[in-house]
Amino acid sequence: MQWETVIGLEVHVQLATQSKIFSGASTAFGAAPNTQACAIDLGLPGVLPVLNEGAVAMAVQFGLAIDAEIPETSLFERKNYFYPDLPKGYQTSQMAQPIVGKGEVEIVLDDDVRKRVRIHHAHLEEDAGKSLHEDFHGMSGIDLNRAGTPLLEIVSEPDMRSAKEAVAYIRAIHAIVTYLGISDGNMAEGSMRCDVNVSVRPKGQETFGTRAEIKNVNSFRFVERAIEFEVERQIELIEEGGKVVQETRLYDPDQDETRSMRTKEEANDYRYFPCPDLLPVMLDSAYVEHQRSTLPELPTDKRNRFETDLGLSTYDAGVLSATRPMAEYFEAVLAVCGDAKQAANWVQGELSGHLNRENIDIRNSPVTPEQLGGLIQRVLDDTINGKAAKQVFAALWNNEGQSADEIIEARGLKQVTDTGAIEAIVDQVIADSPVQVAQYRDAEPEKRGKMIGYFVGQVMKASRGTANPQQVNSVLKQKLDEA
Amino acid sequence: MHQMTLTELARGLKAGDFSSRELTTSLLDRIERLDGNINSFITVTREQALAAADAADAARAKGDDRPLAGLPLAIKDIFCTQGVRTSCGSKMLDNFQAPYNATVIEKLQAAGMIGLGKTNMDEFAMGSSNESSFYGPVRNPWDETAVPGGSSGGSAAAVAAGFAPAALGTDTGGSIRQPAAFCGITGLKPTYGRVSRYGMIAFASSLDQGGPMARSAEDCAHLLGAMAGHDLRDSTSVARVVPDYLAELDTPLAGLKIGLPKEYFGDGLDSEVESAIREAIKVYESLGAKVCEVSLPHTHLAVPAYYVIAPAEASSNLSRYDGVRFGHRCDNPVDLEDLYKRTRAEGFGDEVKRRILIGTHTLSEGFFDAYYRKAQQVRRLIRQDFLDAFDEVDVLMGPAAPTPAFDLGAKKDPVSMYLQDIYTIAINLAGIPGISVPAGFSGKRPIGLQILGQHFAEGQLLNVAHQFQQATDWHRRSPTDQETN
Amino acid sequence: MAIEHADVLRAAHLARLGLNSDAEAAGYVDDLTQILEMVDRLQAVDTEGVAPLSHPLDATQRLRPDEVTERDQRERFQACAPATEDGLYLVPRVVE
Repeated sequence: MQWETVIGLEVHVQLATQSKIFSGASTAFGAAPNTQACAIDLGLPGVLPVLNEGAVAMAVQFGLAIDAEIPETSLFERKNYFYPDLPKGYQTSQMAQPIVGKGEVEIVLDDDVRKRVRIHHAHLEEDAGKSLHEDFHGMSGIDLNRAGTPLLEIVSEPDMRSAKEAVAYIRAIHAIVTYLGISDGNMAEGSMRCDVNVSVRPKGQETFGTRAEIKNVNSFRFVERAIEFEVERQIELIEEGGKVVQETRLYDPDQDETRSMRTKEEANDYRYFPCPDLLPVMLDSAYVEHQRSTLPELPTDKRNRFETDLGLSTYDAGVLSATRPMAEYFEAVLAVCGDAKQAANWVQGELSGHLNRENIDIRNSPVTPEQLGGLIQRVLDDTINGKAAKQVFAALWNNEGQSADEIIEARGLKQVTDTGAIEAIVDQVIADSPVQVAQYRDAEPEKRGKMIGYFVGQVMKASRGTANPQQVNSVLKQKLDEA
Repeated sequence: MHQMTLTELARGLKAGDFSSRELTTSLLDRIERLDGNINSFITVTREQALAAADAADAARAKGDDRPLAGLPLAIKDIFCTQGVRTSCGSKMLDNFQAPYNATVIEKLQAAGMIGLGKTNMDEFAMGSSNESSFYGPVRNPWDETAVPGGSSGGSAAAVAAGFAPAALGTDTGGSIRQPAAFCGITGLKPTYGRVSRYGMIAFASSLDQGGPMARSAEDCAHLLGAMAGHDLRDSTSVARVVPDYLAELDTPLAGLKIGLPKEYFGDGLDSEVESAIREAIKVYESLGAKVCEVSLPHTHLAVPAYYVIAPAEASSNLSRYDGVRFGHRCDNPVDLEDLYKRTRAEGFGDEVKRRILIGTHTLSEGFFDAYYRKAQQVRRLIRQDFLDAFDEVDVLMGPAAPTPAFDLGAKKDPVSMYLQDIYTIAINLAGIPGISVPAGFSGKRPIGLQILGQHFAEGQLLNVAHQFQQATDWHRRSPTDQETN
Repeated sequence: MAIEHADVLRAAHLARLGLNSDAEAAGYVDDLTQILEMVDRLQAVDTEGVAPLSHPLDATQRLRPDEVTERDQRERFQACAPATEDGLYLVPRVVE
């Protein structure tokens, strides 16, 4: 039988506010346990929440970026359950009236096929703390630093049909939130976590199959692997006459499998009701329009512009618009050098190579976009040749000079284009290599092409790489062939 | 000194008749001597009180003339007070030294007031008799076989017994007004949002409101002026200017339109209470007020709606008492489930458990619409009743409670206890202010007149109450009149 | 609406309230039955078209600027905690 996979995602994005969603405690990552858990985060008796404007603004910006409706009124509710990392015994969240309504995200697949994924809604909520399971005399330790960190939960419709589509969707969400600057998108630190709903159905069937929810998957790769495993598991199960049960599963990257999270499935009853400590949030159109005016160019727009206006290939446009720091770097280089193709080649080539090799984020690149742009300018105006350019780049990378010009000057890398000067070096090389010259001249003309390489190398060496290679070639040919 | 109002004590301090230390010492000694029977205090903070009194005296010597500076106050044990046990009347918080001060406490400290200690209360403010306290019942100073009312029973009893000239209370369904009535003092529940709830341990967040309890409306005006105001830490507190409540006190009442809700004078109202209230209305007529009957047609639904909404909010508010970060924790829990279940079974008393169970049940799947949603709809109808009535009249008057203080142990089943609040509970649902003022006696037991106003009409309520107290002396009666010392 | 023994057990479990005996549970069944009978008066009212009222004032949420205003007070906050170690709150082992 032919099976079709159906995937819906809930992506929890940690918002990049300074303080927590309902308190003035810091959200900085990595502090000592419970040093960033204030009275409100701890749920001490008598404390009250006050909503962070920054979190509201970020949620609205996301909504606008996905063309969603921003309802005038949204409500916070309490989701009641007991867990040690949940200090108040309820999570303040939104259900009936979320801050962001229906929207849409465009995803791009490998073969440049584009697809739209519908967003059901996005809502604000508070994060929980963390349980640490190192052995404290058989106890667990609770760190509530993360409790109260603002989360935007983005809930998609079940519009994805493969693991690849799901990953493309998460990448698109990642690009949007990092472009907006509303999240650092750092999946390793848990800034983006996904719950994946997976089901399968026979191709052509309209109704959905029973879904399993895979909780808390925290990398692009794991999302793909978890879905692939789960789809295979469900198909096998059904084909063997079994039934998929609706349940929560956990992806274990070490075993590369999903496992049922609870042995006895407990019926949860979260008893949602409007939080009496928080009044309805009203956002008038002036506020929404103000937020709209702060939006940067979004990834899809940027990608299209790179392709259409700058004439970049689809591939280059995709890579260079994938993250905001990358796009910003590229555009800054372009602003200095004025040549999109050169800028694209250098950013994706030499720069990305160095960054990847040393595992450095582009935002911390030792070579600034201004320096790289200046370097490309010197290539474009023939001041240096490609070989020298690489030397200059390496020098900039190692902080051996402030600018390309300074390094070119200091190292005498300026390209020699004076024919007289080149002729002089060529003459010298010919004079110093009587054996090779004789071999060359004895050779069949069709073999000479290969043999000339030796002379080019000698000339370049003698000029310390500064001679213009095209000129060297033609002068050599002329002089060797003339006798 | 123990029968003087705040206003009189302030005058005495100013004139140098006595120092704050002398006043404070005298009250602390009186508490030590006489509170054994009454049981109005859970914790007495003698050291802190005397230190604060000395500081107030020193400041006064340097010219500090803030009106409330150096005046003592009893604090309901629901307000967090830094470094002092804040028990909320519960075993759950018996070991809880609050690490911070409630906003109201900060404001009153800033005004120079001196906390004498923390007063007894129904556990988590759930009760109308002060019998649900972990620290034992409070006795009514007028008649020790009677309850003082609840949940602010300790505060009311402390003021009546001459332990403190004033006290802080909180009112979720009548918890300031009913004990004020039972103990013959003046108690004001402000408009929801008038006084910050930050640091006031939550019972039902959309109903809770702190307020003053004292010997006169004038004293309540002093206190409310110091307590009220917008608080950045409570986003349900209202950003609205706090008027000068004293300035309005002397406004004449000629032409005041008083409405008597007919539903507040029906079956179940004790006849002595009714006649006292009717007498009080006559006093108002003699002051030039016009009286008419009005109707609040949804009154009979207030108690049912309240017993859905308040327990629902409470069931969620009280989930934080889990034995992890503060408060009681059971011994040697074998697993998480055991930690939660035993901690909460041991830490909470019967009435609290009952309300958590009702609230949990009515919020759960399949019941939410029939109970919670329905109750919230009825809540709107109840509020509308008041808004409509205030289109016709300035204030409403009636009894604060259907009977005078009842005997300790008299109310055995929960529902008969809940019906005690039949005249007070709708006011919390509607969020309007209400004040109870002494208006007579049934035997030894006081009777309270309740006056209700529109949202934020505290100034008017205090004025109307003050004018009554200028014309009567019920509020000057004290159970200590017969004392020899 | 009547409340059954099972409803009370379910509510007690959701609220993590340990009940010591069947008799205790039965006592709550009686109490809650009485209370819900009283509450059931609500069912007689026609509330068609009436919007639920969550807060007594028609106010809206005030927002706080995104600023860090709290400092570390771990020591003070943990002074009232039943069990801590290395700055962590200790609970019986959490099984995931």
